[in-house]
Amino acid sequence: MSGGLTTGGVAHAPSRTVRTVILGLIGVIFAVPIVAMVEFTLRAGLVGGYNVDRWVALFQSGFTGVYRPVLIALGNSVALAVGTVTIVLLLLVPTMLLVHIRFPQLRRTLEFICILPITIPAIVLVVGLAPVYAIVARLLGSGVWTLAFAYGITVLPFAYRAIQSNLDGVDVKTLTEAARTLGAGWGSVLLRILVPNLRRGILAGAFIAVAVVLGEFTIASLLNRVNLQTALVVVSKVDPYTAVILSLLALAFAFVLLLLIGRLGAPRTRTPRRRTTVKGPA
Amino acid sequence: MKSGLRLSSKLRGRAAAFGLLPFAVYVLLFLAVPTLIAIGTGFFDKSGTLTLGTVAALGDPVVLTTFYNSFWLSALTAVVGAVVGAIVCYALLGARPDGALRTTIDSLSGVLAQFGGVMLAFAFVATIGIQGMVTLYLRDTFGLNIFENGVWLYSTPGLILPYIYFQVPLMIITFMPALQALKPQWAEANATLGGTTASYWLRIAFPVLAPSFIGSLLLLFANAFSSYATAAALVSQGSQIVPLQIRAALTSETILGRENLAGALALGMIVVMAIVMVAYSALQSRAARWQQ
Amino acid sequence: MISSQPTAQTRPGTVVEFTGVVKEYAGMRALDGFDLTLHAGEFVALLGPSGSGKTTALRVLAGLESTDAGTITIDGVDVSALSTSKRDMGMVFQSYSLFPHLSAGENVEFGLRMRKIKPAERRRRAQDSLAMVGLNDHFDRFAHQLSGGQQQRVALARALVTEPRVLLLDEPLSALDAKVRVQLREEIRRIQTDLGITTLFVTHDQDEALAVADRVAVMRAGNVEQVGTPEELYSRPATPFIADFVGLSNRINGTVRNSHVDVYGTSLPLIDPSAPDGPVRVSIRPEDIEFAPEGLAATVVASHFLGSLRRTMVRLGDGSLVSVQHGVRVHPITGETVFLTFSGVPVSTEPASVAGGVPKLA
Repeated sequence: MSGGLTTGGVAHAPSRTVRTVILGLIGVIFAVPIVAMVEFTLRAGLVGGYNVDRWVALFQSGFTGVYRPVLIALGNSVALAVGTVTIVLLLLVPTMLLVHIRFPQLRRTLEFICILPITIPAIVLVVGLAPVYAIVARLLGSGVWTLAFAYGITVLPFAYRAIQSNLDGVDVKTLTEAARTLGAGWGSVLLRILVPNLRRGILAGAFIAVAVVLGEFTIASLLNRVNLQTALVVVSKVDPYTAVILSLLALAFAFVLLLLIGRLGAPRTRTPRRRTTVKGPA
Repeated sequence: MKSGLRLSSKLRGRAAAFGLLPFAVYVLLFLAVPTLIAIGTGFFDKSGTLTLGTVAALGDPVVLTTFYNSFWLSALTAVVGAVVGAIVCYALLGARPDGALRTTIDSLSGVLAQFGGVMLAFAFVATIGIQGMVTLYLRDTFGLNIFENGVWLYSTPGLILPYIYFQVPLMIITFMPALQALKPQWAEANATLGGTTASYWLRIAFPVLAPSFIGSLLLLFANAFSSYATAAALVSQGSQIVPLQIRAALTSETILGRENLAGALALGMIVVMAIVMVAYSALQSRAARWQQ
Repeated sequence: MISSQPTAQTRPGTVVEFTGVVKEYAGMRALDGFDLTLHAGEFVALLGPSGSGKTTALRVLAGLESTDAGTITIDGVDVSALSTSKRDMGMVFQSYSLFPHLSAGENVEFGLRMRKIKPAERRRRAQDSLAMVGLNDHFDRFAHQLSGGQQQRVALARALVTEPRVLLLDEPLSALDAKVRVQLREEIRRIQTDLGITTLFVTHDQDEALAVADRVAVMRAGNVEQVGTPEELYSRPATPFIADFVGLSNRINGTVRNSHVDVYGTSLPLIDPSAPDGPVRVSIRPEDIEFAPEGLAATVVASHFLGSLRRTMVRLGDGSLVSVQHGVRVHPITGETVFLTFSGVPVSTEPASVAGGVPKLA
């Protein structure tokens, strides 16, 4: 039977059956560790069988007692996330805009710098961060929040890509010129025209930054700071069940975050708004 | 146009350049300087004199073994991750890019690929640890004791499965765009010129996808090579791979009787990463040319 | 054998026949009882607005889409069950169809490779084919090194090297610059005439269709509205849709009486004399209205200089706007009163109740 070469604009896509088999098989294999985690947390101890006792205990205790350090660590991570997002917003976005509009010849350099942290992984960076943070500690104290500076760097590749793909899609130059000829000053251009159009990329970058910060372990651990992940490791040595429960929660949260990023990126389907009927001259 | 003090364009140019300063300073302080320190300390010894001795320590059999372990672990998991990931991408070809299936898998892959780290270690302890679900199942149902010859989960072989667990999602994220860039016109042209499905895949799709596939493979290699969190959480003692060796070098004063070994190891890692990433970007630009 | 020198028809051309073809997508009929015959060696243009089904008709012939009803025959043989690979047709796509990893020459060789032709002969024929389109020294270039026009020429060479029965062109010029478009369409026509290959050419550009085709089929909503030579379509459009789509057309009020139409006091012959009496909308081309010392009074609204001619917009007594085409020696001034006569060419009409409001220039 001729035809049917392309399904939905893609050629030679596998049939539904093939797709289901492949995804089903691999999906099941990948589900096993997650299921194992859940199973693990539901174990009722030596008695055998399953119950939700451990989950209940965790939430009922209100994070006091042995769980208090986790709560503090979570707070640290949240503060770090906020700090990192601030750095991204206040440092990265304006710089990207400046380069895009005013210094296009520097675009390659900026891209190189922002992708560099992939080549210089955290484990390498942290070797050189220790002396730097010794100085930082003297100037700003050794609070956990100072880690945000380092996190801003590790987050660069992700945030850059998210914002840049938005920048590429919006004709910033033309919009800026149009606004300027209509009399807008640079402040208005930035706040009224550019940022609203770049909302998607900026939000995506911010969400990714949050997810990366929440999952970061290397730098915090080797610089002897406490964040969510280091606390999880400590807890796992004392109470592995709680560690696994918290891991599941953290993974679920990151998943939701990324889902939201995905929805952000999806083009908004234009639902025709119902207009109040005012029939004027055509 | 607003009237106001109009600076000469040269002055305005310099003023605008000042806008780049904050970011430049930030990157300098927290990326350039630490990197230079990390690489540089490898060239000094305890008393601060310039020497090649620390770098020479990289030739020590123990260090060489860790590099070798890192290499084969990264290569193995990269290859498996690349192949399995490519198969999943193929399976996803027909699904709508903004449909529920794709968005779910994209988000799931994002989480597992980038943010799992420590938590994946726990997941695998719960699965194939000594009291793991699968371990117990195999023992109770088939009488199979997977730890008969020693508990391997907490050393290098035990890292294989967790690494594959985040390599496959990374492959999906990296390779899917390449598959989507296959133009339907190529398949249609192949058909009108008398080709078959086999000729399409063999002569057109695979060759066009090759640079992207190998590029993604390299990215997976680099990812595994530089990964620390999962290994650190699973392997509490011992330093079989380079990142763990760096941990050991940082947490104890001297290793192998040499200070600053962490710096030398960092240098070694960067060299490997740089080579891999240069190859990766070369392949990417080739792929981009064809994807126009 | 393909050579770069014009030869007589190398073999008898192929006859293609669409009969009652229906193709549905999600409840919408892209092709609704589509009938068309391509005679041997003929160059037929499928012209129509987007959504008219012209690309679907072409793809159905190529086998890239299946049909829901109707038959397609090639030299009398029904091909619906034949897969694309076996239909022996050459196809040129709108864009992006060159395989990026193969050089131009290797692209052209591809069809020959599928037919298991030996390497030496493959290369020779590919070179001849590229020479035919004027790109014989571009054999080793890759798609990203070629301009849009060059890419389409390679695509043409690739489609023709296997000496297919039918040549299919799916808006091959739409993605190109205007000047390249004109050049390339003439080249395509020249090659087609040399080879005598039956050709189906899809386009939405009426200039293009009129310039190169033996016959033009205008499509609308899945159907052929009219098919004929370019001259026929232009001077005797069967419906106002055709009159609008092919060339420019004014729409003015008139009344049909006794197989003629009365337009502001002038009686004009009808293309379709069987039109019933009554008020109608009449399609008249700007060049069929003339300025005269006396006739229908009008006021000049604007005049546009177009190089070799002028088009002047005038307003009639009842408020309708009309466009008049004339030589550049006459230069009407805005506000001036002028007089119009009609050249007497037969016109097409449609009942006045179909559209409402003030007649407008189409």
